[in-house]
Amino acid sequence: MKWKFKQHSVLPGFGMTLGVALTYLGLIVLLPLSLLVWNTSSLSWSEFLKVVCSAQIVASYKLTFGASFLAAVVNAVFGFIAAWTLTRYRFPGKKLLDAIVDMPFAMPTAVSGIALTTIYAPNGWIGYWFAKAGMKIAYTPIGVFIALTFIGLPFVVRTLQPSLDDLDKEIEEAAESLGATKWQTFWRVILPSVLPALATGFTLAFARALGEYGSVVFISGNLPMKTEITALLIYTKLEQFDYAGATAISVVMLGASFVLMLIINMTQWYARKGKK
Amino acid sequence: MRPRRITNKKTGRLRGNATSLLLIFITTAFLALFVLLPLAAVFAEAFRKGSEAYFASFNDRYALAAIRLTLLTAAIAVPMNVVFGVMAAWCIAKFEFPGKNILITLIDLPFAISPVIAGLIFVLAFGRQTALGGWLIEQDIKIIFAVPGIVLATIFVTFPFVARELIPLMQEQGTLEEEAAVSLGAGGWSVFWKVTLPNIKWALLYSVILCNARAMGEFGAVSVVSGHIRGVTNTIPLHVETLYAEYSYVSAFSVASLLAFLGLVTLVAKTILEWKTKRKDKR
Repeated sequence: MKWKFKQHSVLPGFGMTLGVALTYLGLIVLLPLSLLVWNTSSLSWSEFLKVVCSAQIVASYKLTFGASFLAAVVNAVFGFIAAWTLTRYRFPGKKLLDAIVDMPFAMPTAVSGIALTTIYAPNGWIGYWFAKAGMKIAYTPIGVFIALTFIGLPFVVRTLQPSLDDLDKEIEEAAESLGATKWQTFWRVILPSVLPALATGFTLAFARALGEYGSVVFISGNLPMKTEITALLIYTKLEQFDYAGATAISVVMLGASFVLMLIINMTQWYARKGKK
Repeated sequence: MRPRRITNKKTGRLRGNATSLLLIFITTAFLALFVLLPLAAVFAEAFRKGSEAYFASFNDRYALAAIRLTLLTAAIAVPMNVVFGVMAAWCIAKFEFPGKNILITLIDLPFAISPVIAGLIFVLAFGRQTALGGWLIEQDIKIIFAVPGIVLATIFVTFPFVARELIPLMQEQGTLEEEAAVSLGAGGWSVFWKVTLPNIKWALLYSVILCNARAMGEFGAVSVVSGHIRGVTNTIPLHVETLYAEYSYVSAFSVASLLAFLGLVTLVAKTILEWKTKRKDKR
């Protein structure tokens, strides 16, 4: 048999659509991205390390990774509860709750940023009460954490919902009829079967938080060494026309998101293998 | 699985057990605190000094210029991504070829990249410091710190929306209907217009709305390439930032409320379209 690039089909338009798609993808996404890698090569290895390991940048990694991780953990817990409630129960106002889960997706990041800052500032709706108790939220790492929790929420809920929806009620009933308590059923039956979805949602929320800019820069206050996130430092380097520095930090961040994407794909592959 | 009803259908009284009520309470409280409160804050701050101050915020040269620029950017970026998205979805969903999964992953790439890095790559490509950028400036063509850069960065960040929404749907629908049309003598275009398009119209519409919302609201990537020139390269989100930095909070939130309203419209559209496709599935 002769080898062919694509399997035979009577439908027209393969060459044209694939050609246009590849050209557009190449011009808009791949070519500019490859410039990033190309520009890094203008730095020697030791210069690169000097930039990405400087004290200010390392402080920003700690904040960015730490706050993103904590936000993803909180989202995994509360996102699970929300997804559970929205798939298992019917109650008045449920449709509204389900719809507003996507709000952090739909609201532009700058708008959420200034709104969150206003709420959590010392004279804001919530910040006022915390300020009275002697605690600051806006312009501290806690503010960064809150903004990252806000933007990560839909990822966990929306990845878990289909998975919880697919659960077979009969398996739970079987567990119960064999004498399992509600907790045992949850820990041993329900949680293991939705774990891949939970892990995917967690990683998506974490990855999104790592690169987030708009919703964080207002509430963080951008104090050097204290509340500067890594994305902001890339921006600052660019404003100082330090292109090599900005590129070096970006490559580190890209590497982190690449690893996370790999983890997501492997989790999904593992889950599919488990199903078979 | 059918969800359990927590209230009695006739009397409306609660009949759930303690666990379910607690979970519903936690969910409502969490979503209200994290999602509804920021939304409410935008409108509360915008109307803090009454509706006159609210509308006065729009009667401003720079605000109007920002609105015009945002509309222009979306008017270029969205149609381009729609054409690309439909074509990519067509070749991926209707044909089998090697490397398909890699192509799908590459299409998703802009979602995995920080918006600041998305802006940076265009500065690296067209900035004054590069050979290409220097040459373009000699020809009097400005890309960075000008409208073309803003459009390019917006196209980049909204790139995956349409393709990503259409690919799973078109894969699920298969090729039988199109093949039948071709065997009856229909040409490529009429197959697309009369068979494929009616099947994907709601998903396409939804993806356009999402793509548009993101295109109008993008902040990070556009912020890097724009240069923040008032009245020239400030889009709506950038204008909001400028106003906020100047402590003109009422104006900042008034202009931001436009975008928040757009977000709300997007959510409503999503809910309606989901409801429509679900009803169609049941039939």
